[in-house]
Amino acid sequence: MTFLKKIQWDALLMPLVGLVLTLLAWQLVSGRVTPQTQADGTVEEVKSGLIQDLPGPLQTWEKTKKYIVEPFAKREELDQGVLRFTWYSLVIVGKGYAIALILGTPLGFLLGLSKNFSKMFDPIIQVLRPVSPLAWMPLGVVIFANSGKSANELAALFTIAVCAMWPTVLNTAVGVRAIPQDYLNVARVLKLSRTKTLFRIMIPATLPYMFTGYRLSLGIAWLVIVAVEMLTGRIGIGNFLWNEYNNGLYTSIVLCILTIGLVGYVLDRGMSLLERRFKSAV
Amino acid sequence: MADHVEIANLSKVFPTPKGPLRVVKDFNLKIRRGEFVSLIGHSGCGKSTVLSILAGLSDASAGGIVLAGKELTGPGPDRGVVFQSPTLLPWMTAMENVMLGVDQVFYTASREERRQIAEYYLTVVGLADAMHKRPAELSQGMRQRVGIARAFALSPKMLLLDEPFGMLDSLTRFELQQVLLDLWNRNRLTALMVTHDVDEALFLSDRIVMMTNGPEAEVGEILEVPFARPRRRQELLESPEYYRLREQLIEFLNVRAYTLKGQTPGQGHGPGTASHAPTPAAAEPTKPGANADHAALKKEPALKA
Ligand SMILES: Nc1ncnc2c1ncn2[C@@H]1O[C@H](COP(=O)(O)OP(=O)(O)O)[C@@H](O)[C@H]1O
Ligand SMILES: [Mg+2]
Repeated sequence: MTFLKKIQWDALLMPLVGLVLTLLAWQLVSGRVTPQTQADGTVEEVKSGLIQDLPGPLQTWEKTKKYIVEPFAKREELDQGVLRFTWYSLVIVGKGYAIALILGTPLGFLLGLSKNFSKMFDPIIQVLRPVSPLAWMPLGVVIFANSGKSANELAALFTIAVCAMWPTVLNTAVGVRAIPQDYLNVARVLKLSRTKTLFRIMIPATLPYMFTGYRLSLGIAWLVIVAVEMLTGRIGIGNFLWNEYNNGLYTSIVLCILTIGLVGYVLDRGMSLLERRFKSAV
Repeated sequence: MADHVEIANLSKVFPTPKGPLRVVKDFNLKIRRGEFVSLIGHSGCGKSTVLSILAGLSDASAGGIVLAGKELTGPGPDRGVVFQSPTLLPWMTAMENVMLGVDQVFYTASREERRQIAEYYLTVVGLADAMHKRPAELSQGMRQRVGIARAFALSPKMLLLDEPFGMLDSLTRFELQQVLLDLWNRNRLTALMVTHDVDEALFLSDRIVMMTNGPEAEVGEILEVPFARPRRRQELLESPEYYRLREQLIEFLNVRAYTLKGQTPGQGHGPGTASHAPTPAAAEPTKPGANADHAALKKEPALKA
């Protein structure tokens, strides 16, 4: 009994307490708008509070309700439910992420398998890895400038893939280098063909590492999308955030941040479940 | 009958920071077809080195090996290898682990025939109910049963075992010795087994090859084990001859393994004396009797696995 109580306390109540405290702090620092009747009879809004332009939790809820209660609504091009915007973003992230994995996994294998390949390309990878998506984006636009209508999308995919690829590349390489000699000896003793050794021994042995890379790559792909949408003007959650900022609707910014965070969290949990499955299988 | 295996003047030199170390020198041994030979000696004397050269996983520095009339070059499925740890692939079931080898060797047979081969050996080692389990779901002893089934299922020209029961508790070890012996009685593969355990060697082998200490370890003496087959452990333990042979083995390990190399027993010669960690076998002596390390432990406390 007491054990059960303790679990519930820790797992449910404590995060709730944290949430309430955060909301309180948010309310405390945020600004308020109070209508005031002037001497001449007109009503003017007066701002007050620590950070005058930061909307508080209640104000955020009221102003952004329509995006939340009808999350998939499409009223106008720039006025859609928050999950509908999110969906647009997820689709493009999904494509870019797929490219990152398709390119990154074999690259990681080559790095892990060949010392010479590793010596040749590891320095370049280490230099390219820390480059921000904001820096890649213009290059993407230049590269795909002549691709007509899809130029924008290709530039976005290029940026996501190039930024998200590295954790997959590096973790796969580490995983390949960490394959126990015992497993490789099994392949040698049985004289397995190269293909068989790759698919029946090396890939299964590397899977847990690969999935760690895949999880980290997905996190980056999702981080990059906001920047990409801001720069290209593609419709999506990041683009929505940017437009609302330009229109002075600051409550939407908060909504977008929360949405992006939640989606990122869900993606990461999903991937780490998968990752654990493969860890326990090995 | 002609010799099935001939190891001639085998030497192995390892490069070390202090210069080349000749671990094994002029190792000579002939094994008849269908013979079960044990290789016994102190830890670090070079038993595994000899075995892994036979397995083709390591190259000889000098000398050569002829198996069934052909000079050995590199590894191959004509030799079934059982290591101390079973080295099963954890993402495959017991069945799939055995099938991986069976598919390689019997590629001309139908899929169904190959499955039957794997099933047969898994059943004989007592895993009929656990064939479709993964290694993580199997006990250490059961995993080693899979390892044994996998080696036999290849119908190899030779079986190579490197302390196959070294990691098991003594009860499981007895069980698996019996499993191995039963399987071998049905299917008399030429076998070379490295062991620490004097009783294990006597129970299983036709001959016991005693290696001197290293460096430059070589064959010291060879003991014929005259007990008729099939053997029963109880009968062996009741025979006075058993204790005479056992005494001879222990005497070799305690004295002549050293003196043959011009070393003084108990002085801590050779690379095997570097570590003070007792082997699992030494930490937990089998009853009755002792294993090689344990027997030597009376005078020589510093041995490593
Ligand atoms: N790859 C290696 N490099 C250097 N020395 C080695 C290597 N492998 C084994 N040795 C040395 O060779 C000796 C014999 O080792 P091994 O054959 O494993 O002994 P055993 O199996 O009899 O216990 C040991 O002293 C060991 O330290
Ligand atoms: Mg050894």
